[in-house]
Amino acid sequence: MSTHTFKPSLPPPVMSVGAMGWMRAHLFSNWFNSALTLLALYLVWITIPPIISWALINADWVGDNRDSCTSGGACWVFIKVRLSQFFYGFYPEELRWRVNLTVILAIVGAAPLFIKAMPRKLRYGAAYLLIYPVLAYWLLHGGILGMTLVETSKWGGLMLTLVIAVVGIAGAMPLGILLALGRRSDMPVVRVICVTFIEFWRGVPLITVLFMSSVMLPLFLPEEVNIDKLLRALIAVTLFEAAYVAEVVRGGMQAIPKGQYEAAGAMGLGYWRMMGLVILPQALKLVIPGIVNTFIALFKDTSLVIIIGLFDLFNSIHQATVDPAWLGFATEGYVFAALMFWIFCFSMSRYSMYLERKLDTGHKR
Amino acid sequence: MNEAKIKHALGEKEMIRIEGMHKWYGEFHVLKDINLSVRQGERIVLCGPSGSGKSTTIRCINRLEEHQQGKIIVDDVELTSDLKHVEAIRREVGMVFQHFNLFPHLTVLENCTLAPLWVRKIPKREAEEVAMEYLNRVKIPEQAHKYPGQLSGGQQQRVAIARALCMKPKIMLFDEPTSALDPEMVKEVLDTMIGLAEDGMTMLCVTHEMGFARTVADRVIFMDKGEIVEMADPETFFSSPKSERTKLFLGQILNH
Amino acid sequence: MHTDPPKADAPRGSLLTDPKARAWTFQILSILVVIGVGWYLFHNTQQNLANRGITSGFAFLDNSAGFGILQSLIDYTERDSYGRVFVIGLLNTLLVSVLGIFFATVLGFLLGVARLSPNWLINKLATVYIETFRNIPPLLQIFFWYFAVLRAMPSPRQSYSFGDALFVNIRGVYLPAPEAAGGLVPFFVSLALVVVAWVVLARWARRRQEATGVRFPVIWANLALLLAVPLLVSLVFGKPFTWSLPELKGFNFVGGLAVIPELVAITFALSIYTAAFIAETVRSGILAVSHGQTEAARSLGLRPGLILRLVIIPQAMRVIIPPLTSQYLNLVKNSSLAAAIGYPDLVSLFAGTVLNQTGQAIETIAITMSVYLAISLSISLLMNWYNKRIALVER
Repeated sequence: MSTHTFKPSLPPPVMSVGAMGWMRAHLFSNWFNSALTLLALYLVWITIPPIISWALINADWVGDNRDSCTSGGACWVFIKVRLSQFFYGFYPEELRWRVNLTVILAIVGAAPLFIKAMPRKLRYGAAYLLIYPVLAYWLLHGGILGMTLVETSKWGGLMLTLVIAVVGIAGAMPLGILLALGRRSDMPVVRVICVTFIEFWRGVPLITVLFMSSVMLPLFLPEEVNIDKLLRALIAVTLFEAAYVAEVVRGGMQAIPKGQYEAAGAMGLGYWRMMGLVILPQALKLVIPGIVNTFIALFKDTSLVIIIGLFDLFNSIHQATVDPAWLGFATEGYVFAALMFWIFCFSMSRYSMYLERKLDTGHKR
Repeated sequence: MNEAKIKHALGEKEMIRIEGMHKWYGEFHVLKDINLSVRQGERIVLCGPSGSGKSTTIRCINRLEEHQQGKIIVDDVELTSDLKHVEAIRREVGMVFQHFNLFPHLTVLENCTLAPLWVRKIPKREAEEVAMEYLNRVKIPEQAHKYPGQLSGGQQQRVAIARALCMKPKIMLFDEPTSALDPEMVKEVLDTMIGLAEDGMTMLCVTHEMGFARTVADRVIFMDKGEIVEMADPETFFSSPKSERTKLFLGQILNH
Repeated sequence: MHTDPPKADAPRGSLLTDPKARAWTFQILSILVVIGVGWYLFHNTQQNLANRGITSGFAFLDNSAGFGILQSLIDYTERDSYGRVFVIGLLNTLLVSVLGIFFATVLGFLLGVARLSPNWLINKLATVYIETFRNIPPLLQIFFWYFAVLRAMPSPRQSYSFGDALFVNIRGVYLPAPEAAGGLVPFFVSLALVVVAWVVLARWARRRQEATGVRFPVIWANLALLLAVPLLVSLVFGKPFTWSLPELKGFNFVGGLAVIPELVAITFALSIYTAAFIAETVRSGILAVSHGQTEAARSLGLRPGLILRLVIIPQAMRVIIPPLTSQYLNLVKNSSLAAAIGYPDLVSLFAGTVLNQTGQAIETIAITMSVYLAISLSISLLMNWYNKRIALVER
């Protein structure tokens, strides 16, 4: 019996590793790829340098009116001057701390929910969901308990965008869950009602829903009821989003194995206990990425409130670009708007992907 | 399993010749100086722990993996990056995979006739006749018009063997053909492979079925850490392995 | 499955405890609630309409519209009815949708394949494109193209010109337009013949391959036919078209095909936006075909082109088509954003202008929503049927 002596590992041939090998494998593996690489390089060459020179090198950053913009590049002065309006709309300047405080409270309040070791997460979350909206309403709207009233017609900018998106998804969640339960119910009447509701909202564009809310809602309600523009938009967005949330939640419920229903049934749990204690907690965990994606879509869709004359982030910027004092800087305005939306949507989509991966591994075990 | 050795004569022709083959994945040296010569009608079993490079070795023979150093000559054609050579070799070399890899959108018959029609360019009628003949050989002619998804694992693997045979290959490569099967289905696939061996097919099998190796193989190769550690006829290999690594491996695998 | 199983020894309970009775009670209650809410809304609406002096009904559709429309695919004058305005809006919506779907599909498939390219640079460029455009609201993109790009174009006299055939200015894009000439009829006849020839040729080629195994280069032959036959015909019978080039006359262009900037902006924005989503659909569809399939096809000696055609595409398409259709539906729904820049689509014309002029809010919105609902529902029914047909057979 002999002991086999293994040969030592050798470094790979020069052509297959290192910068050379990498380039050969990833850029010039054959003539077609080489041609593509050259084409792509050309594309980059004709697009990136002009963009950089416009947005950074030749751009104007300092000043407080359009006369400061002389160098021919982007006029970021425009954005700088209007920035506070883009964020707060016409919310009175001396009261803007209330908006800031609302945002800070939201972040500070929600932070413990993301801490793994946090005990009684569920109870805390429920309390947060009950208390925060009341607090936020009091802070933003006021009119009671010593807070000065700020009419919703003064709300605008990023703040309004966030209000619409957050209220929309928060209102859509409970309604969507109920609709999802209804769609999977044994009772044919309930099922038909829910399917009709869901398919109706999913079948029409949001813009028609907003039109409807602004012209038909006043017709639907008794004459003496007068609800403001923002509330109308919020109702429309909530109903619309609920249908999408319902479909996402239904997907999650379908992914729960039948055995879970049977086990819960065998324990003698009634319908609501079974759903509330066994099925929904599992299903909702599964659908968080889907809900985040729905929220991203909603966040982008908030820009449509321009149609009914609300001044969200996008509309504030659009109005600024048609202001006679700043005509000719539409590109800067839209690029800034795009950047703001992009930052929010991109980071949320990364978060959703991260969650998906995390849930994925959790399931394989 | 039938323990009696299947008798057969080896041809004189050298079907595969591997000389000083090296392969790297990035910086990782996966195959180190592989040398092997396979004669016509020879049956070779490759075994070894997972990650030892045995699958990579046979996958280099039909260039599912590219080697970076050394020479591989299959049926007098050298494997280079020249697509003509690669295609010529792939036509002569059939392969059976661990996970069958049948085309799920085609029926069993269509799976078998696809390559003969589009690569060998033979008439459809003829291709179907050949396919039925091989489906008969693997004993599932009645499944010809079903889809792979409707068959059991063992049946799927036999279809995969028939599919490879329909190209009338001179060499067959088997990459762990029974590892993804339920135990009761292993035998039907091994019997099919033994049948092939009896017909004198040149075969390279990566497998841990040591019974199959004893009955069928002319040579057993033990690989570890990307090297051929030991190569011998089955009697010598199993009764008196030369190296300690081989003995250890056999101990682990045979005691199960 | 969700209601409690009745217990064998339990006596028949009251309406609240017997599961069956409870289900019935609940369902009857929910019907009553729906009817109640419906009645309440209906009642309020009736009262409100009466107070405002609006008569409901669809009679207004026959009234004369009395306003001009920027772009119309059929003849229209201001004396035409609201009904005709509806048709024009619908056609304009369909036009944008079809254009958008076409360009988004082409761009999306290219990007999806690029996203899988082994070429690092191409791969990264596609990724950057997808991540950029799908995270920017489509409305913003429409506004960008319309207000920042097209509205910033020069006046017609200073138009950007491309080879004196294509002009871009603040009023839109001007393209050469084909105009009928003497050889038009023979040209179309020859085209029809080419199509017939394609079918015959394809059948013959398939039969021959089945019989002898020899393949016939159908694609090249078809291409040759398509080029050669009409060319020959137009040489014999004269040109089928003359190209009418746009020409600057006074302050504007005449001749050619004028495309209004609104249409250009929406088509650009929707194609670019939707292409990003289609690319992801295509990518995941191709990735859903396992690597083993490619390896098996390779080991059988199939060439890359054939592997794509016979193995990858048929399988990937099954995965791609359902989400692709829902992207198409999204595009159709997003085409309503056109209203924001005044492109005369269904929403802008009907739920906008007509509603404002007539005050028939309920009717116009109901008609508009029904159109979108009809499109969505018919496409999803079609999809369900298709999915059942192509589903892979499993045990």
